[in-house]
Amino acid sequence: MTGEPFIHLAGVTKIYRRGRSEHPAISDATFDVMAGELVSLVGPSGCGKSTLLKILAGLHRHDGGELRIGTGAHSFDPARDVGMVFQAPLLLKWRRILENVLLPAEILGLPMAAARERARDLLALVGLTGNEDKYPYELSGGMQQRAAIARALVHDPKLVLMDEPFGALDALTREKMNLELLRIWKEAGKTIVFVTHGISEAVFLGTRVVVLTAGPARMADNFRIELPYPRTLDIKTHERFGEYTRRVYKLLGME
Amino acid sequence: MDRTETLQRYAFAVLAHLALLLAWYLFVKLGNVPKFVMPSPGETLDALLSPNYGWWGNVAVTGTEIFAGYFLALVIGVALALAFTWSKVLEAFFMPLLVSLNMIPKVALGPLIIVWFKYGVFPNTLMAFSICVFPILLTTARGLREVEPELLDLVRSLKGSRWQLFTKIQLPGALPYIFSGMKVAAILAVAGAVVGEFLGSDRGLGYLMLQVQVTLDTPAMFMAVILITLLGMLLYGAVLLLERWLVVKDARLD
Ligand SMILES: Nc1ncnc2c1ncn2[C@@H]1O[C@H](COP(=O)(O)OP(=O)(O)O)[C@@H](O)[C@H]1O
Ligand SMILES: [Mg+2]
Repeated sequence: MTGEPFIHLAGVTKIYRRGRSEHPAISDATFDVMAGELVSLVGPSGCGKSTLLKILAGLHRHDGGELRIGTGAHSFDPARDVGMVFQAPLLLKWRRILENVLLPAEILGLPMAAARERARDLLALVGLTGNEDKYPYELSGGMQQRAAIARALVHDPKLVLMDEPFGALDALTREKMNLELLRIWKEAGKTIVFVTHGISEAVFLGTRVVVLTAGPARMADNFRIELPYPRTLDIKTHERFGEYTRRVYKLLGME
Repeated sequence: MDRTETLQRYAFAVLAHLALLLAWYLFVKLGNVPKFVMPSPGETLDALLSPNYGWWGNVAVTGTEIFAGYFLALVIGVALALAFTWSKVLEAFFMPLLVSLNMIPKVALGPLIIVWFKYGVFPNTLMAFSICVFPILLTTARGLREVEPELLDLVRSLKGSRWQLFTKIQLPGALPYIFSGMKVAAILAVAGAVVGEFLGSDRGLGYLMLQVQVTLDTPAMFMAVILITLLGMLLYGAVLLLERWLVVKDARLD
């Protein structure tokens, strides 16, 4: 891929300040994301991955370096063009699934009839048709997370930020959700930044893997995953898959 | 399966109450307990049928005190909690104060309230209010504060307004907490009103109890206690129904 990157980070730093004490969370984040990419961000717990996502979401300001999102061809509106998925589904208990998915549309004041239509389509896309009128407690953890993904897409954002979205799921559900995510990504055509501390998950999903070292986050590596899509679980036995995962393990000092 | 189970539970509940009545009856009859110590269920019911006590007027008075005090506490308690979530300064200033005030045994305020407001329905309503308002205020404030930080991030990433956060997330999220405070307060309201009547009053079931106590009219005292309890159950039941209607099953706190 050539051309202008959709996200450009160069030497981004972040320091949390509490009173007079300073807590550096990111000391150097430098990487580009092309429009339509699914970039995995991997690093040890506490190294500043969530912080970086919050900066991309416009929730925190970075303290130094360069950060640009959007290109001439793909403009970026920080309010409308970010969808977020967290480790917990964070569905509102008192709303039915369809109403939960509609939350961002309501907040942004989008035309509701069209949003409703879209929410139904998205629920179909994530495999939840027939659950529109259920309450969150009636759904399993994996299904709730699917609804959370639909919610992140309902306002048609250009960028979806996912913070360990499958971290709380059991191993089997997690594998299944990985496959589903690839399918959703392909159909929705979004740029996704996917944070995980699962190395195999990072390699399996990503067009590119960005590796951060223990906090304050510093770039350890940034490489393309040359494995073809659509990817299936078979790919995990591929020689190159093993090489990629070993490469990340080594960087994180686990070998 | 589920239905028969609930039916069974109801049956047991009714049975337990009937068993208590029977035990009461047998205790009084077999033990030859004198009427002024403990009347039988029948004698207690006789008291209700006697016109001398003005039951309905007294029930109306006590009921008014309970419901008015409770309603006032609900409105003011929730309103104060809302004000606190909108102003950090207000909360920082008043919350510690209210926590201290909450430590005052409200019953101890009774004589003062009488000095300030004389006898009657109003001071007793105030008694019920003062005892109810804190649990409602404190649980509501807690519920409004209890927003998941990441949910906050989600709303903020969409540049949602403070008002949107409040109406879409905070307030509905606080509803189960409000109800949990309301349930505690429902029980306290009854106690507040009756204590108010004990301390100084010329009407109401609490007042009536003091009157009949002088003549050792125990059946009337029993009946008064039962009616007070029924008033409390009415309030509590109404709150439960409202909760069922307004709060999704999974979100209810017990
Ligand atoms: N709001 C905050 N204020 C101060 N320190 C924070 C804040 N959020 C996170 N941190 C600290 O910044 C570091 C990075 O946190 P985070 O970005 O959550 O890491 P990760 O998501 O990789 O586990 C941690 O040491 C964490 O304690
Ligand atoms: Mg994190």
